[in-house]
Amino acid sequence: MQTLDELIAGAPIFAGLAPEHLALIAGCASNERFAAGEYLFREGAAAERFFLIRHGAVSLEVDAPGRGALVIETLHEGDVAGWSWLFEPYRWELDARAREPVAVVGFDGLCLRGKCEIDHELGYQLMRRFAASLTERLQATRMQLLDVYGRGRAG
Amino acid sequence: MLPQPFTVTAKRRDTSDTWTLELQSRAGAGLECAPGQFTMLSAFGAGEVPISISGWGGWERGGDGPLVHTVRAVGLATQAICDAPVGAVLGVRGPFGRPWPVGEIEGADVLVVAGGIGLAPLRSALLTLLARRERYGRLLLLYGGRSPEQLLYTAELEQWRARGLDVAVTVDSAGPEWLGRVGVVPRLVHRARFDPAGAVALLCGPEVMMRFTFSALAQAGVGSDRVYASMERNMQCGIGHCGHCQLGPTLVCRDGPVYRWSEIEPWLAIREL
Repeated sequence: MQTLDELIAGAPIFAGLAPEHLALIAGCASNERFAAGEYLFREGAAAERFFLIRHGAVSLEVDAPGRGALVIETLHEGDVAGWSWLFEPYRWELDARAREPVAVVGFDGLCLRGKCEIDHELGYQLMRRFAASLTERLQATRMQLLDVYGRGRAG
Repeated sequence: MLPQPFTVTAKRRDTSDTWTLELQSRAGAGLECAPGQFTMLSAFGAGEVPISISGWGGWERGGDGPLVHTVRAVGLATQAICDAPVGAVLGVRGPFGRPWPVGEIEGADVLVVAGGIGLAPLRSALLTLLARRERYGRLLLLYGGRSPEQLLYTAELEQWRARGLDVAVTVDSAGPEWLGRVGVVPRLVHRARFDPAGAVALLCGPEVMMRFTFSALAQAGVGSDRVYASMERNMQCGIGHCGHCQLGPTLVCRDGPVYRWSEIEPWLAIREL
């Protein structure tokens, strides 16, 4: 059984952080569980948290009138769900729903933003890591938009 | 140069526009194929197209079984091939081209990365790797498709998993009823567990998907000399005479379709090619 500190230190998003910064982050974290079908966050609600997925799958969804929930992406072990807590106006822009029983490390974004205001090095390191994650997800979204499988080779 | 007559002995619908056909030579003898090669397949009166070999029966006995092609109807000739009923005769030239290096990569962890119909040329490599399972390290298939309905060989994926292949499947878009992954193939590379120091990757899919995948592999520590890709250009003669399929100083039908990434990387950066 890993401790919260070990889970955070082993997460890809926090790789390479100094021990004192890991300790500051762990001070804003707690273990949480979501049942299948439960929402981690809903579009439009205040974005005050984010989640490191330990087990299970989470789908990021947009509700389209007449079409139901469209799944944009699924997130899995080691992925981070939520970055709206970092950027104004701090509102979720998607729904995040547990597709199965999900275990996460939940982070209090307000707590962490407060610590970043005091310790700018922590803020810079966190921003670097979230920017890298955002870039990767942006590239993936671009590839989805290209619809690369829509045409091309015959076999 | 002349097409040999082959009879359609079985066919199966894979998706709304893709069929898998089994073809038996009317002369009785099979083709000596290697995984990753292709044939020029023709529907008489409609045209001839390059189609990758997805497998062949009895390859361990010298390939005397039926030739297996998975074909997507994207034009006149491919539509006619897909429409060919059991018992119809199609023309086959080949096999042509450089195959997947399944012998050279023994001992390595192997990542097979496929996008869309790109799984078809990799199927014969997968069957070979699984038939010699003990000669390789970890075997992983990372497979992406447009939607759940567009995925190929769904029943076989389960069989391959049972034979020691780690299979991860993702689709670009899906409704809430799809319980699998949604996202693009390169993101599967970040999650895959393998030894990057000696791993080899075999890629086939749309070129954009392969470029993004190579970038993810490079980030993970897999060098361009250990990544192989099956390329597609306008192949017409299949034997390096017509020049339509030129890629840099090479001809895809003769020098490919399987290339080491380090061989083609400079040419992929030139848009006009």
